[in-house]
Amino acid sequence: MKELFVLAEHRQGELRDITFEMLTKGMELSQKINADLTAVLLGHNIKEFAKKLADHAKRVLIIDDARLENFNAEAYQRVLFHLISERKPSLTLIGHTAFGVDLAPSLATELNLPLATDCIDLDFEGEKLVVIRQVYGGKVNVKASLRKSESYIVTLRPATFEAQEPKPQDGDIVKIASPLSEDITCKRFIEYFQPPAGEVDITKADIIVAIGRGIKDANNMPVVEKLAEALGGVLACSRPIVDKGWLPNDRQVGTSGKIVKPKLYIAIGISGQFQHISGMKNSDLIVAINKDSKAPIFRAADYGVVEDLFKVVPSLTNKILEEKH
Amino acid sequence: MNVIVCVKHVPETAEAEIAIHESGKRIKTEDLVFDINEWDDYAVEEAVLLKEKLGGSVTAVTVGPEDADSTLRKCLARGADRAIRLTDKAFEGSDSYAITKILYKTIKDLPFDLILTGTQASDDGCAQVGVVLAELLGIPHVTMVKKVETMEGLVKVNRELEGGLGEVMEVKLPALLAIQTGINEPRYISIMGIRKAMKKEIKVLSLRDVGLTEEEVGESGSWITVEKMFIPPVEKEAEILTGGVDEIATKIVETLRAKGLI
Repeated sequence: MKELFVLAEHRQGELRDITFEMLTKGMELSQKINADLTAVLLGHNIKEFAKKLADHAKRVLIIDDARLENFNAEAYQRVLFHLISERKPSLTLIGHTAFGVDLAPSLATELNLPLATDCIDLDFEGEKLVVIRQVYGGKVNVKASLRKSESYIVTLRPATFEAQEPKPQDGDIVKIASPLSEDITCKRFIEYFQPPAGEVDITKADIIVAIGRGIKDANNMPVVEKLAEALGGVLACSRPIVDKGWLPNDRQVGTSGKIVKPKLYIAIGISGQFQHISGMKNSDLIVAINKDSKAPIFRAADYGVVEDLFKVVPSLTNKILEEKH
Repeated sequence: MNVIVCVKHVPETAEAEIAIHESGKRIKTEDLVFDINEWDDYAVEEAVLLKEKLGGSVTAVTVGPEDADSTLRKCLARGADRAIRLTDKAFEGSDSYAITKILYKTIKDLPFDLILTGTQASDDGCAQVGVVLAELLGIPHVTMVKKVETMEGLVKVNRELEGGLGEVMEVKLPALLAIQTGINEPRYISIMGIRKAMKKEIKVLSLRDVGLTEEEVGESGSWITVEKMFIPPVEKEAEILTGGVDEIATKIVETLRAKGLI
């Protein structure tokens, strides 16, 4: 029987959302190609995860090894190399996360299997596997096909597929002996770290004024600070602002920063890379101000202003102050 | 510490109007400005910082046409000692995997302790080159690196995860690190630096020079082939507020008032 693998991702005692997103997409694809959906679970003391995954898949392959306790691409790769070589799944889905980015390309290279990364959709067209990817910061989509192979590896962009409630599968839990014969000595996990919390917790704010690359220069910060102050909101930002050191880490909204859900989110000079959008798309009301009418942020916003922020923001600030007095 | 840094010459598209080429398989690049990939810019700076601290050399390598020399000049101006450009008609249509094979063939014979790449490129966003290159070279790798500390025979790195979380890893040298933006502050390049860089040699190598066959590169040597490019379909679109600046501001205020937000 053919198999379709989904590699379960977990961290600090929790299965991550991407796992269930992949299982949902994996179920759809496995039915199409008449394959069994198999969840692959690697780690240490992970029985509870296996039970949960069994609701979503035909089978759960579990390898329990202390050397797999924390994610280490080297150890994971060795185990998966054995598993995929032996069982030859038609497809292996891995999350396009910090975990998958570190693992999938080297795994595919060692297995000599074609790989497509950061996909927002995929489908079998006959024997051929085709994927949809986003390029140029989300401004263009690409349809691409993978070199024909009996087995493929694809990494899926998180928060692209909605995880569905499973029809309980009561999948078989199959324990497999760890193929790791020695310790991984070239690379070692030391610890997790979380940057110290700052004065402002943007996840608790009702009103967020967020800035991006369009602000151009640190000297322009007062323009947006005044707006945030007038609204009684807090200032947050997209990645480039933190990279430049204009705002601290804990003000970053997005995949690698914070997920926020305020009543009002004003995105100023933010193009709207998916990493940012996935951190703010559930805000109640989103207003985006950007010069570029094609910026992806306008596909997430309720209201859009295609204009120079340095003209709109001061005018908006004045009007809000007038309104309040 | 001998460091090799792999860089990519990419079009600046964040604020540019993008049109699909008639072939449907690429974008029109004629009116776009090209520069070093943002992630690679941080990787080059990190390489130069390591050299300044520990001695050794920095070699910048790219796969690209003659235009890519401006990106290599930027690396040289910032402090790289050598630059190599890999160019061949046969390289056209190469995906990340085929590009990485070209880099591998060139780099495997060079002396190095550390290889740096960007975590991803702003054009195709594949995030593959570094990790595939490490695998081909048989050395360990770490991606999304936000801090590098060198120790005897190894590096200790901070790696970015999701939700503000990070992890600390130790990796034995030689190793490959894929650098995340924000790791440092890429230095300002002086006119003097650029002039000096103009005088340095850029070594140019072809398919034959690196010892690959035509089948190993281009579309035939790739994992994926572009079938078509298209502008993303509109699923949700903001209501665009029009009018003069003050008029727009008034409309926003009215909306906020109606929703009880001011």
